[in-house]
Amino acid sequence: MANLNILVNQEKTEKKGLGNFLNGTAAQKVLAFAALIILFIFFSLASEFFLTANNVISIILATCVNGILALGVTFIIITGGIDLSLGTVMTFSSVMAAVSISNWGLPLWAGCIIAVVTGAFCGCVTGTLISKLKLPPFIATLGMMMVTKGLSLVISDAAPVYFPDKTPENPSAFVFRDIALGNGIQFGDVVIPNAVWIFLAMIVIASIILNKTKLGRYDFAIGSNEEATRLSGVNVNAWKIAIYTLGGAFVGIAGIVMASRLGSAQPALGQGYELDAIAAVVIGGTSLSGGSGTILGTVIGAFIMSTLTNGLKVMAVPQQWQTVIIGGVLIVSVLLDLMRRKQKN
Amino acid sequence: MRIKKLLVLGLSVAMAMGVMTGCSTDKPAPKDEQKTETSKQEEKTEEKVEEKNEEKTEGEAEIVIPVVSKGFQHQFWQAVKMGAEQAAEELGVSITFEGPETEDQIDKQLEMLQAALAKNPQAICLAALDSKAATPYLEQADAAGIPVIGFDSGVDSPIVKTTCATDNYAAAAAAAHKMAELIGGEGKVGLVVHGQTSQSAKDRRDGFMDTMKNEYPNITVLEPQYGDGDHAKSTEAAKAIITANPDVKGIYGANEGSAAGVINAVKELNQVGKITIVGFDSGKIMIDAINSGVAAGSITQDPVGIGYKAVEAAYKAYKGEENPEFIDTGFKWFDKTNIDTPEIQAVIYE
Repeated sequence: MANLNILVNQEKTEKKGLGNFLNGTAAQKVLAFAALIILFIFFSLASEFFLTANNVISIILATCVNGILALGVTFIIITGGIDLSLGTVMTFSSVMAAVSISNWGLPLWAGCIIAVVTGAFCGCVTGTLISKLKLPPFIATLGMMMVTKGLSLVISDAAPVYFPDKTPENPSAFVFRDIALGNGIQFGDVVIPNAVWIFLAMIVIASIILNKTKLGRYDFAIGSNEEATRLSGVNVNAWKIAIYTLGGAFVGIAGIVMASRLGSAQPALGQGYELDAIAAVVIGGTSLSGGSGTILGTVIGAFIMSTLTNGLKVMAVPQQWQTVIIGGVLIVSVLLDLMRRKQKN
Repeated sequence: MRIKKLLVLGLSVAMAMGVMTGCSTDKPAPKDEQKTETSKQEEKTEEKVEEKNEEKTEGEAEIVIPVVSKGFQHQFWQAVKMGAEQAAEELGVSITFEGPETEDQIDKQLEMLQAALAKNPQAICLAALDSKAATPYLEQADAAGIPVIGFDSGVDSPIVKTTCATDNYAAAAAAAHKMAELIGGEGKVGLVVHGQTSQSAKDRRDGFMDTMKNEYPNITVLEPQYGDGDHAKSTEAAKAIITANPDVKGIYGANEGSAAGVINAVKELNQVGKITIVGFDSGKIMIDAINSGVAAGSITQDPVGIGYKAVEAAYKAYKGEENPEFIDTGFKWFDKTNIDTPEIQAVIYE
């Protein structure tokens, strides 16, 4: 009898949580999208060079890495968790890909699989630490951030690892750089590089997983009320590990795109990227306390970040002010979200 | 509530970790570090260094010179480290070599400097990320009678009597002259710089900009863009320059990462041959770009010489010998015509 009551109650709270999330994030999404449009209009008026096909492609290309990281961490933030190891796990994945291709002589596809597996494995370890061993996500991922930062340096011997490039004898060979920068599809003069298509594919995959699968449903359930989800017979630990592993796999793919764009794995790079990704998720309306969030919101959030960075640079705003403005946008967008939530309650 | 508690817990654990690592780096770390560093080198040198250390501990006190650099994993710093180790071996002293991950981590570097002082060494070599921020530690060293030798960039303090460095301002001016020559003395020129606070970044920016403004009235210098020396961020910065100024004739990258970003941007926007690239520092990306004609050329410092001369000057200072105020470690211009010559091969690195 008691069990049944709990189940019923849980169902109620879940429904309530779901209702809230629909109304809440819909409004935030509209807000975020409006902000993006306003940014585009503002920068187009400020600089005649902003709204050109090539610059728009540049913005999309600059969004890819941060966007893919943000997609992965969206799943984690919806559970009420956080992942501070995104940036360095990304670097670690790209170093693993570079070492396996350049030093061990494996084919490109194998290097890519190794990068994704590396990311997923790191996510799996973090997930296990958080769910089974009850480490707070902040600490577990902080530790993972340092561990992977060190490991990248160890494996690369503290030096950048370069991928084999096109040779004069074989100028049309498909090299690692082409994974992100190869000419995907061409519309007249405008070339949309592969990285953009990879990003698009990841968006589709992420929204299918979040909206159409068990993992997506349990993701929201754990974030709204972990205890109730556990009591209704869901193996919360296992699903949490799965969610962190999934997030890690996205990080691995981001690592491939980053390394491919640079033609090398740079072991010194990476730290700081996690905060950009988390900022994108938050601007997109996903609450850091968990239980709500959308893929579209995250994508818009990532675009707001890169549009701001690109636009301010094209306008030649001094660097120090660029950082101030981006920080201000982050604070204002979260404040608006909080105010809207309060009004509802 | 739950979040608050977690945050408090998180912060306290982070602080506890900080304290623990802080303590542990104070004492046992130096020897471990030294061992791992030497073990990376060839086995022969490792044996030699260890033998020497043993001899020293038996007789007189071992001479330890900590080298606190601005970085560690970049090829440039690895070359500086190589030079420092070379000098240490020849002089029979032992060194430790460390530096923060990025050139913006001023706080991390101060911690390293503090830990180095705690070892009560005979002398210290310091490449300060921010001279002013290091002042209290320099005063501490001065009070303890530990000579401090500046390297890579000048340390703006009366306590530091000797600096071994490239004259970055003069080197950047040389880059400006080359750029002006290559673009025919007129047009728009952009620049991507790695930082706004470090002295070397400022010198490399100002040396270039001042020369352009004072000596080439027909060249317009655009607002400098900053990329933290990060390849990806520098790429975006250079792309923004090209987008906002379709008529830009040349772009200068003020360090290895910045120049790599400029090269990436020019390639991604299919502007190879239309935009003249002049860089600073070498690295595989720059060398490949020069060989394939994407970049015109680059200024290089002599990193091995910087490391060598810094340790040598530190040793002299400890012995009470006089050092000149500024030891210029020199710079060289390299392009397609001289890249394969032995003098250039000796100072560039992949």
